[in-house]
Amino acid sequence: MAKVKGAIVVNTERCKGCNLCVVACPAKVLSLSPDSNLKGYNFSYMSNADSCVGCAACAYVCPDACITVYKVKNKTE
Amino acid sequence: MTLNDIIDPKNLVYAKTKVMNDTPMHYCPGCSHSVVHKLIAEVIEELDIQDKTIGIAPVGCAVFGYKYIDIDWQQAAHGRAPSLATAVKRLLPDRYVFTYQGDGDLAAIGTAETIHTCNRGENIAIFFINNGIYGMTGGQMAPTTLNGMKSTTSPSGRTVPLSGHPLDMTKLLAQLDGTCYVTRQSVHNIANIRKTKKAIKKALENSMLDKGTSVVEIVSTCSAGWNMTPADSNNWMEQNMIPAYPLGDMKDI
Ligand code: SF4
Ligand code: SF4
Repeated sequence: MAKVKGAIVVNTERCKGCNLCVVACPAKVLSLSPDSNLKGYNFSYMSNADSCVGCAACAYVCPDACITVYKVKNKTE
Repeated sequence: MTLNDIIDPKNLVYAKTKVMNDTPMHYCPGCSHSVVHKLIAEVIEELDIQDKTIGIAPVGCAVFGYKYIDIDWQQAAHGRAPSLATAVKRLLPDRYVFTYQGDGDLAAIGTAETIHTCNRGENIAIFFINNGIYGMTGGQMAPTTLNGMKSTTSPSGRTVPLSGHPLDMTKLLAQLDGTCYVTRQSVHNIANIRKTKKAIKKALENSMLDKGTSVVEIVSTCSAGWNMTPADSNNWMEQNMIPAYPLGDMKDI
């Protein structure tokens, strides 16, 4: 298990499915969901959550400030 | 460790700034305007100046800018934001005053106001979004449209004999004695987003130092107007816009 673990929460109703976070994530964590939000956008979600390192690249590039990022240092391993 | 263990307030590293409210922004998916709004709101939070900042909204795509950043705002007539900012700053010199303008507003109808405000050295910050097109009205050619660039009014590409040269307003403003800080940035990747944020911060800080006008141009995308995906727009901008509008500080005194 990686030393640093991250996770993100997408505000799915605010998301416009622009895909910029998907492209920016260095760990290929994100994809656009086949489901859409009330506005009809295919929102971003963690399709590969295990790989997230909490770098916040996705959140920095998100134009609409939809992403909240969390990170923990795993001291036991 | 489960996701629920990680998603805990004590592990928070990034969240939307509270200076940006929850109203969904009207901009198209992936628009540079949204990125710049977010950065301005983050800087206002970091400087702790939410109750001391007054923004001047333009006409153009950013006409509703006042709906999203939770500060005081005024809405200017088309191109007149720098004049309104002049009045606000002279009446309330203890406020941080900035204009937020696109290229149609700042470099076309508002050319005179922009130049004279900068020449007078008003103590304001000007944030200038240059996407080389009139986004709001349907992607028409702007003074900033690149040579050869297609728009709805130059469907085969802009040509110099017909439409003249692209106007580099920022370079022009750097020549004026009234400006103290003139820089060109972009928000198409993380490194440039960070640099733009620093530039926004410096411009707002300068507005309190009686040094003159600060201008931050942000070379931007308009994926709807350019008819590309947001990621392709960022790549196109990097390959085509930035060579014509090179990034970096032009003046910093
Ligand atoms: S925090 Fe980093 S690793 Fe995690 S989803 Fe965002 S960009 Fe990918
Ligand atoms: S960058 Fe933001 S708006 Fe775009 S898909 Fe990702 S979360 Fe949604």
